[in-house]
Amino acid sequence: MNSINRISGVHTATYLPVDIAAEQQNARVYGNEPHPAGKIALGLESVSLSFGGVVALENIDLSVRPGEIRAIIGPNGAGKSSLINVISGVYRPDRGHVRIGHDRFTNVPTQKLVHLGVARTFQNLALFKGLSVTDNVMSGRAHKARSTFLGQIFGIGRSPSEEVDAHDRAAKILKFLNLTDVGNRLAGTLPYGLQKRVELARALVAEPALLLLDEPMAGLAEPEKVEMTKFIRAANREYGTTIVLIEHDIGVVMELSHYIAVFDYGRKIADGTPEEVRADQKVIDAYLGVAAENIDGGGI
Amino acid sequence: MTIATLEAIPTSYTPRWLTPVLLLGIAYLIIPLVGTSYLFEAILLPFLALSLAGVGLNILTGYAGQVSLGSAAFLAVGAFAAYNFNLRIDGLPILGSIFLSGVVAAAIGIVFGLPSLRLRGFYLAVSTLAAQFFVQWALTKFSWFSNNSASGVIDAPPLSIAGVEFNSAVGRYLFSLTIVAVLTFLAYRLVLSQTGRNFIAVRDNETAARIIGVPVLKTKLIAFGVSSFVIGIAGVLWAFAYLRTVEPAGFNLDRSFQILFIIIIGGLASIRGAFFGAALLVVTPLILSRVGSFLLGDFFDSGVLDMSQRIVLGGLIILFLILEPDGLVSFWDRIRKRTTTRLLRQ
Ligand SMILES: Nc1ncnc2c1ncn2[C@@H]1O[C@H](COP(=O)(O)OP(=O)(O)OP(=O)(O)O)[C@@H](O)[C@H]1O
Ligand SMILES: [Mg+2]
Repeated sequence: MNSINRISGVHTATYLPVDIAAEQQNARVYGNEPHPAGKIALGLESVSLSFGGVVALENIDLSVRPGEIRAIIGPNGAGKSSLINVISGVYRPDRGHVRIGHDRFTNVPTQKLVHLGVARTFQNLALFKGLSVTDNVMSGRAHKARSTFLGQIFGIGRSPSEEVDAHDRAAKILKFLNLTDVGNRLAGTLPYGLQKRVELARALVAEPALLLLDEPMAGLAEPEKVEMTKFIRAANREYGTTIVLIEHDIGVVMELSHYIAVFDYGRKIADGTPEEVRADQKVIDAYLGVAAENIDGGGI
Repeated sequence: MTIATLEAIPTSYTPRWLTPVLLLGIAYLIIPLVGTSYLFEAILLPFLALSLAGVGLNILTGYAGQVSLGSAAFLAVGAFAAYNFNLRIDGLPILGSIFLSGVVAAAIGIVFGLPSLRLRGFYLAVSTLAAQFFVQWALTKFSWFSNNSASGVIDAPPLSIAGVEFNSAVGRYLFSLTIVAVLTFLAYRLVLSQTGRNFIAVRDNETAARIIGVPVLKTKLIAFGVSSFVIGIAGVLWAFAYLRTVEPAGFNLDRSFQILFIIIIGGLASIRGAFFGAALLVVTPLILSRVGSFLLGDFFDSGVLDMSQRIVLGGLIILFLILEPDGLVSFWDRIRKRTTTRLLRQ
């Protein structure tokens, strides 16, 4: 809320609906200049965010290269979800910039996110409970639809082929994630672990270049975790998807990630390979050594 | 708010089209032969118009999740727009007037839908009251809309298509039935399309919908437009086929609530639900009034009877919603499932 108010303070068009305002600003500061440090898929530059007195993110720099699996770990309330919310435009940072591919934003335009090649899942499930599993996944192709609603009603123009295409792609992803059997079930009626997987399917069907996963394993039983790990690695290897992974299960994190960034109280206290991070004294103090219950406690 | 959840699952072993086709067969071939004029005038004509209004509101509220208390306003817009198109454009066929009145209702619906881009839930519902009061006020205030008649009363023009008259009770029934059948079919196509999925996505999780690239603003405005289009045409049927004489005061907040009750009782996010709900809300008062005047008519005047009927109806609605929060549709589907399994077991 705070961040939305801030928008109205800066810009005069306060009467506009939030996302019209977002599109108008679309704060693309620098256009298409290449990043000095070479190719990056995602970059955060001095991003800060606070809620009233609570500092969720403090001066965060982060750079993720294409094809990388980057884990974000840290105790509850460290600011991990806030980071993903800033990247996906759900929260607007107080300061700093977010770079996605070649574009640099002060506020990421949520409505255009998928066109920038970004998809995400949510820590708290955000499925469409009243749609079937297949329809949930098909809705991940909504951004591709060019047909009008009249074309869809009368089944003319592009609409039939779009429908077939969305359905086929959804079926393919469902098969990939072993969800074919529950395709006709309403998403809201599935057990928690399967819902998590449907969320992954809905994100993957958009064929994102960058995938943001907020605790995909939280609440899963051990065998489900093993499967989910397999899917995430496959998405990364087979589709070359860059992945930002928030996860409390250190075993999973060490196994999957190329690089790990460690957060504590809104600050990034370490960033490096799994080996480097494991050996870092600050990390051991703040997280690994001390609060063992945090490791897979996982606030949901 | 509960949602009829069964429609996404194939519950029956019969093909989907079979029941509607059978029902239409009965409606077209058998009912006109056996129906009395009481059946048409008092039951089927209001049932058809209200069902269609329910289908329209269900698109907006049941599917797209935008609560509206302004349905009666769009009924009125449809009725008065069709009246004026018919009156003022020479040679425009009645179906042309009806279609254009739907377009006018859609345009006004989109305008009154603009607050939905900012407001949600209860606040949006309150803002749709603006439509309700504004339309009634405008139709009463500017007598042009009713061709300068006293207190805004309008009389329906004769209904004829290509020289065929539809002015008898059966004729008006067939006229309404056809329009309701066609629009219901199109509404059904819509809710199963990509746009229909977008409706539910926006309803169930607006943030997630925006993030995956559902055009949220456009989707809401389409819902308002299509819903008002359908409700507007329901208004024409209400005025031209059912009552034949209407005034703005008839399209009051009570009527808006009636349509909202129809979809809540019938089942939100269900096309069939609108028909179930309308049937219940049209037939129950008739039964109650018969029973009431039969049992108590000697002791109480009609005002008391009327009031007690409303209380009983309200009580029944509350009781029903407690027992079956997902509406008549899910009640019906459960019964059907149970009987099918029992039949299969034998
Ligand atoms: N919408 C919000 N309004 C107010 N405060 C918020 C909001 N979102 C996050 N915060 C606060 O910001 C801080 C960081 O929260 P965040 O959700 O990012 O933590 P996290 O690292 O994801 O924690 P967890 O592991 O529990 O998910 C917390 O103190 C939290 O209370
Ligand atoms: Mg979190």
